[in-house]
Amino acid sequence: MTEISFVRDRFLTAEKPPVSESTALGWIHRNLFASWTDGALTLIAIAAIVYFLPPAIDWLFLSAVWSGPDRSVCLTVDQGGLLPSGWSGACWAYVNDRFIQFMFGSYPRDQLWRPLLVVAMFVALLIPMLLPKVPRKGLNAILLLIAFPIVAYVLLLGGYFGLSHVETPLWGGLMVTLILSFVGIAISLPAGILLALGRRSKMPIVRTFAITFIELIRGVPLITVLFMASVLLPLFLQPGNNIDKFLRALIGVSIFASAYMAEVIRGGLQAIPKGQYEAADALGLNYFQKMTFVVLPQAIKLVIPGIVNTFIGMFKDTSLVTIISMYDLLGIVKASFGDSGWITPVTPLTGLIFAGFVFWLFCFGMSRYSAFVERRLDTSHTR
Amino acid sequence: MPRRFRKTPTPGKQQNDNEQRLLNMAKTIVAALVGAAVMGIGASAAQADTLSDVKAKGFVQCGVNGSNLAGFGAQDSAGNWAGLDIDLCKAVAAAIFGDATKVKYTPLSAKDRFPALQSGEIDMLARNTTWSTSRDSQLGFDFRAVTYYDGQGFMVKKELGVKSALELNGASVCVQSGTTTELNLADYFRSHNMEFKPVVFEAQDEADAAYNAGRCDAYTTDASGLYSIRLKMTNPDDHMVLPEIISKEPLGAAVRQNDSKWLDVVSWSHYALVAAEEFGITQANVEEMKKSDNPDIKRFLGEEADSTIGADLGLPSDWAVQIIKAVGNYGESFERNVGQGSPLKIDRGLNALWNKGGLQYAPPIR
Repeated sequence: MTEISFVRDRFLTAEKPPVSESTALGWIHRNLFASWTDGALTLIAIAAIVYFLPPAIDWLFLSAVWSGPDRSVCLTVDQGGLLPSGWSGACWAYVNDRFIQFMFGSYPRDQLWRPLLVVAMFVALLIPMLLPKVPRKGLNAILLLIAFPIVAYVLLLGGYFGLSHVETPLWGGLMVTLILSFVGIAISLPAGILLALGRRSKMPIVRTFAITFIELIRGVPLITVLFMASVLLPLFLQPGNNIDKFLRALIGVSIFASAYMAEVIRGGLQAIPKGQYEAADALGLNYFQKMTFVVLPQAIKLVIPGIVNTFIGMFKDTSLVTIISMYDLLGIVKASFGDSGWITPVTPLTGLIFAGFVFWLFCFGMSRYSAFVERRLDTSHTR
Repeated sequence: MPRRFRKTPTPGKQQNDNEQRLLNMAKTIVAALVGAAVMGIGASAAQADTLSDVKAKGFVQCGVNGSNLAGFGAQDSAGNWAGLDIDLCKAVAAAIFGDATKVKYTPLSAKDRFPALQSGEIDMLARNTTWSTSRDSQLGFDFRAVTYYDGQGFMVKKELGVKSALELNGASVCVQSGTTTELNLADYFRSHNMEFKPVVFEAQDEADAAYNAGRCDAYTTDASGLYSIRLKMTNPDDHMVLPEIISKEPLGAAVRQNDSKWLDVVSWSHYALVAAEEFGITQANVEEMKKSDNPDIKRFLGEEADSTIGADLGLPSDWAVQIIKAVGNYGESFERNVGQGSPLKIDRGLNALWNKGGLQYAPPIR
């Protein structure tokens, strides 16, 4: 009988991983040139980047004018300026010159510390609110959603504690965009939850009210709501008794966002299996307990993308207030094109790129945070 | 009516009565609402005395161009307003308070401007608004002083070699849609038996860009606008504004009607600017001119002892002096905002004084 048992007494030396798995070349092969179609698409994409990116970088940064007192620094010699003929580039000097106006509108320049203080308070309250590790969320929420708006109102509008009164027509720029969005978000989420619950309520009056409100508001364009509030309402009021235009826009934006938010949340409520409701009932929870402890936490978690989508949409929709002569960021940028001190062929494009970039910053920030919250609340129901 | 005095009603009659009562109630409510609205308007019309209101609140609320029309009403980076329309607001404030800073500006869009004036949100509208019959009558405003005589014109590339709008036969013309500009354009070409190709755009920015990119031979809008659009062209010197003006656009200040005292103050503030230019009074020499021997000038500047011009307007006797100190005379204001002292470089043209071939004419101040 021959001995056939075999015991390995030493390990094989490790082979190098195959080229296709380890090296940069392998990565490129796997991800960019795995098939003929992939290869073609990669080449087209590279060609597009090579074609568009350098001119864009050149226009935005290298050829751009960064500082200067007036339009002559952004004009070529033929146009009556200082630059060589044929020049084209971004005129950041104009954004630089107008920056305070783009941020705060016509807010009195000697009072700028007031909006700046409000921004500082907002950041100081918002960041601990957003970071899950920071304790005392309840106190933080009360400060952010109840105390902060009151303090901000007093600080911005003034008229109390020796602060000079700054009327809302002087407000403008990013400040208006942010106030409209913050108030819209802060009101629309709770109002939307109430409306969504109302719509699914068994009480006929509550249900009818919720359905009427939602369908009426959703059936009308925001422009119409703003127009009604700004143009028609004053004609019915006694001269001098005008409700502040800014307040009217705030109310318009808030009720509009609430109606959309209600439908998003209703989507979440309907996705909760009936068993959850019945289980809560079986435990003897009342309606309030059932909703706050069982249904809403699950429902809202499901529709976070929808909620953030509505927030982002509303943030951008605030630009519509321009048509009722209130100047948000986009409105004030566009209005500045008419300033004869800065009229040049490149001014409008530069201004719009700046406004677009600021909008993008905020929307991208909201979108990233929502992705983070989704991951954090994920309890692996993913299918 | 108490029920017991009624004949016993049949059930059908009863129902009719009920319906009738409901109908009457509805009518009453509607009538009350309409009545309240009408009374609101009526009350404001009856007691309209904007001058006293303005004096009481201590500032003039002036409706201006929110989309910033270069040279007429625009905000600089520090947030200060400047322009020809703005100067009228300042002149009115200077006349009333002796202080041109007592103005609050309400930036308005083209759609918003009329309701803002009707509702009393603003005291006067100085937003490059064309004086027309329907605005004067149907909208319930009053116009009088014309601060700028505008009209629709054409801009072409110099290389076309066109010297007159009558040579534009067959040209493609960039124009903004839905404006009177578009209608005027069609009328003009038809009445001169010329062909043209309209290239129509929704927004003015698009039309500017298209003309700049060479998509059409000519561009048409109000002449004052053409000059500011020319500054946005890649090579402003390649373009010229043709001499023909094909429509009348007298731009002036509007106030609510049935308020003559206020209309007087606003229009005579403008006339004071024009008269000052005619007399040769400038921002710099106004103090000297007070000592002038010319009785017209002395009366105008409130230096004649028995003159009551200021008091009759409801203004201080040195109202004209304050206006000129604040904004200069009409010529100075024009050159600073839209003329040679500004990037627009618009010629005086129709806006020269009447004795220099223009239309700016102030009635005698005496």
